[in-house]
Amino acid sequence: MGIRIHILLPYLILLIIMERDDLIVNESYALNAKHDEAAGKQIRKKLYGVTVLLTVITIIEVFMGVAFKRNGTFTWEAIKLTFLVLTLVKAAYIVLIFMHLGDERKNLKYVVLLPYALFIMYLIFIGLYEGVSVQTGHNIFG
Amino acid sequence: MAGQAEHVTKDELWGGNRSPFSVSYGKMMMWFFLVSDALTFGGLLTAYGVIRHGSSDLWPVGEQVFEALPGLHGSYPLMYVALMTFILIISSVTMVLAVEAGHRMDKKGVVKWLGLTIIGGFFFLASQAWEWSHFIHGSGGGFQINQPMTVAAADDAGNTYQITLDNGSWVHMTSDFGHKYEHAMEAAEEPVAHDEHGGHGEHAAAETHEDISTMVPEEIILNKYTLEHKDGKDLRKLVVKGEDAKKLWAAMEPGSMAFGANMHKNEYAIQQQYANFFFFVTGFHGFHVFSGVLINIIIWLMAVKGVFEKRGHYEMIEKIGLYWHFVDLVWVFVFTFFYLI
Repeated sequence: MGIRIHILLPYLILLIIMERDDLIVNESYALNAKHDEAAGKQIRKKLYGVTVLLTVITIIEVFMGVAFKRNGTFTWEAIKLTFLVLTLVKAAYIVLIFMHLGDERKNLKYVVLLPYALFIMYLIFIGLYEGVSVQTGHNIFG
Repeated sequence: MAGQAEHVTKDELWGGNRSPFSVSYGKMMMWFFLVSDALTFGGLLTAYGVIRHGSSDLWPVGEQVFEALPGLHGSYPLMYVALMTFILIISSVTMVLAVEAGHRMDKKGVVKWLGLTIIGGFFFLASQAWEWSHFIHGSGGGFQINQPMTVAAADDAGNTYQITLDNGSWVHMTSDFGHKYEHAMEAAEEPVAHDEHGGHGEHAAAETHEDISTMVPEEIILNKYTLEHKDGKDLRKLVVKGEDAKKLWAAMEPGSMAFGANMHKNEYAIQQQYANFFFFVTGFHGFHVFSGVLINIIIWLMAVKGVFEKRGHYEMIEKIGLYWHFVDLVWVFVFTFFYLI
């Protein structure tokens, strides 16, 4: 019975990246956390900034989708990759700022983010490789 | 966010009296629910990816299929979907402003921003209803030809090319033609289905066959929605007119006409999975938006009544906010994988 290291890998990563903020009582995480008008003003400013950013990214995506021709060349592959990166940037801003996961404790943050990250990679792999295999099967066996 | 910090021992922290995540039970469970829900959507998009990459036929491209705006003629590729995305992002912003107002115990602010979020949600649902209706209704329709055929096709610049189409090639009508002969074409979709049910089917089939044989489209587009190339030419830009259009029309495979989309047929692709995935993925997301709006309305009423004021905190707004942002998050991925790529 060998120990399967790859199962432990996420936990190892977690241990390395985790700062021990769990030993600190920080009232800003509390149920009844409040802030005053001045702090609110600053938070709102940040939120408006993110709004503008998300809008601009969406406009860029639409512009790229319309402007660049799909002709199976390297350019389109690069565009596709850009779409994926822009989507992940958008998703990151929504999760970390709007859902303020960025302000939560690190252990909650990684409990949520690690399954997401692992499964996104897994699903991309399944989607692409299984699909290509299915198509190869079609081509070989009709 | 300022807060006083003080060290506690590990035993005390993980001893069970308080949450090691420093969030309430409800909020933590909302996060866990969202993780699992993301896997559901991930599964759907993955299935879409597998079917798409595994398809031996060409797949329709988003900016060709989704290019209409309500009340306007012409081509506005992806504009409507971009508008829907924008509506959802803005409603996410109003939601996060409601959460922020809750942290200041500002009841008026919460009621205002949450109210705007609900309105944004309704706008999104209405846009989706229009998009579905347009997708189902179709623009022009298409059919398969039942023999190989060489036709003269012209591009925008007026150059004419001889294009050889294979047996079973898929060609499309213009949306003007489709809307003019809407009823006859919709009837022409179903001769086979009518026969299966027996009875008056034969009569209906004969009638519709007569109907579409009397009309001839002036223009036929050689494949509107996919990136098919023939003899080095992009078929989306080539139009067949006059006698050759008549020839194509006469070679229509009986019962192959598809106008718009339903659960059995669609004009956008040979693969029915394309339409089915559109219905299922956007429908499942739309259902999430719909339940989100309902939940938001309930919480809005509670906020108006002052329930949270009495409770001493507005954490409930945060919890439904998480759900609402998640709906926005999913749409970001649907937008990329279904419409853009």
